[in-house]
Amino acid sequence: MKINVTDRSGKNHCLDAVEGWRVMEIIRDHAERIPALGIKAECGGALACATCHVYVDEDWVDQIPEPSEEEIEKLDDAFAVDEEFSRLSCQIIMTEETDGLSVTLAPGSEP
Amino acid sequence: MSYISHPPGQTHVTDALIIGAGPVGLFAVFELGLLDIKAQLIDILDRPGGQCTELYPEKPIYDIPALPVVTGQQLTDQLMEQIKPFGAQFHLNQMAEACVKTDTGFRVTTDQGSVIEAKVVIIAAGGGSFMPKKPPLPGIEAYEGTSVFYAVRNRSAFAGKNIVIAGGGDSALDWTLNLQPIAQHITLLHRRDDFRAAPHSVNAMREMVATDKMSLVIGNPTALQGNNGQLTGIDVTLADKSTTTLSADTLLAFYGLTMKLGPVATFGVGMQNNLITVNTENFETDVPGIFAIGDINTYPGKLKLILSGFHEGALAAQKVFRYVHPDRKWRFEYTTSSSNLQSKLGV
Ligand SMILES: Cc1cc2nc3c(=O)[nH]c(=O)nc-3n(C[C@H](O)[C@H](O)[C@H](O)COP(=O)(O)OP(=O)(O)OC[C@H]3O[C@@H](n4cnc5c(N)ncnc54)[C@H](O)[C@@H]3O)c2cc1C
Ligand code: FES
Repeated sequence: MKINVTDRSGKNHCLDAVEGWRVMEIIRDHAERIPALGIKAECGGALACATCHVYVDEDWVDQIPEPSEEEIEKLDDAFAVDEEFSRLSCQIIMTEETDGLSVTLAPGSEP
Repeated sequence: MSYISHPPGQTHVTDALIIGAGPVGLFAVFELGLLDIKAQLIDILDRPGGQCTELYPEKPIYDIPALPVVTGQQLTDQLMEQIKPFGAQFHLNQMAEACVKTDTGFRVTTDQGSVIEAKVVIIAAGGGSFMPKKPPLPGIEAYEGTSVFYAVRNRSAFAGKNIVIAGGGDSALDWTLNLQPIAQHITLLHRRDDFRAAPHSVNAMREMVATDKMSLVIGNPTALQGNNGQLTGIDVTLADKSTTTLSADTLLAFYGLTMKLGPVATFGVGMQNNLITVNTENFETDVPGIFAIGDINTYPGKLKLILSGFHEGALAAQKVFRYVHPDRKWRFEYTTSSSNLQSKLGV
């Protein structure tokens, strides 16, 4: 299982992912090795901080479960939000369907 | 929840000053109180509870001993109830800015001009001080304090200004309504035409937009224009992805809070990776009389758990006792059976 993450400088990283994990957790784990993938994720996935903001690639937006009302509201605390592509990566869970997901780190979620 | 919260700008004297009113700072009041040590607490937030009330008031915690499940808010309320007998005094909405050694202990000053003289200082600053999130707009620092603000300390300073207020929560809406009568013009800038703020404020805002008393723009700020710290305009990407520039001399940005280590780093205690190093016998730092407990400290085997912070507070209190009551002998006692402790608890 993989995800593709574009860092804030535009470089793409193909990362090993684990079924059932949050995309935020996968990025955060790999960031220990690859600092360019740093993601603040201050609340650890509790939908309380909006510092795990990513843009989901156009091809993927319709292939992953839609955001909850709570997630849409929490995006108010993120920056440069794109109403089509912005997601909080702690709310996307890795499943068969999300294998290969591509996302880009958003500004303002640096650690 | 009732407790004593002091207005800023005064001088206070106490035994122990606790920096941070998160769960760990709160429980320390209890452990200190049993040993006849009076405590005061400073927090930049407007209420006690730290991460528990600011980040997850409604979320369940499952690993507090003997409480199979408790929410962040409930835990805080229970701690406040538990420490009530000790009459702890709070300095809220204030950031501890400096800490210097004095003949009798330490003098801590806040950004709001309060001065607290204490025999010991206990840093329970958790993940750091909660501070407003700053929009990642290039060069924004140059405008901060002159044209860009994250809070309103002095309302009259905004009189006659052409203000853009960014955000969609209660702070953004409350200040929109509050400043509209004195501002030259107000533009509320939000990413979507939906607001999570209290419905009556949203209705009042919509009413003012309908009657041309203010503007509402749906979009995201992308850049600031101006020079020498004086803002003249804000570039914005609108919902349809077109761009525009809003004229403005003031930006008030409300994007929630984030934790930053803050001034504690300048208090002169030994640190490692932005955490304060302590010994595990009594959680004192390398400066005698300054302790660090809870998420802010580090030592071999440290776990950032509320449970661990409670334990650290209990052990720290024994050493604090020796500073505060040097002439008295410390005795180990149980709350269950000691009439001395029970009289302090008022039970
Ligand atoms: C979503 C989430 C879920 C969690 N779940 C659990 C769990 O299930 N179990 C568990 O044990 N732990 C959990 N935690 C961790 C737990 O919340 C922390 O361990 C705990 O809050 C630490 O308490 P503290 O008092 O040390 O610090 P904090 O709660 O961080 O409080 C520190 C306070 O100090 C203030 N402060 C700092 N510097 C200054 C200054 N210079 N001036 C004024 N004020 C200052 C801050 O504003 C803050 O209010 C969770 C954390 C999060 C975010
Ligand atoms: S990690 Fe805080 S909202 Fe996702």
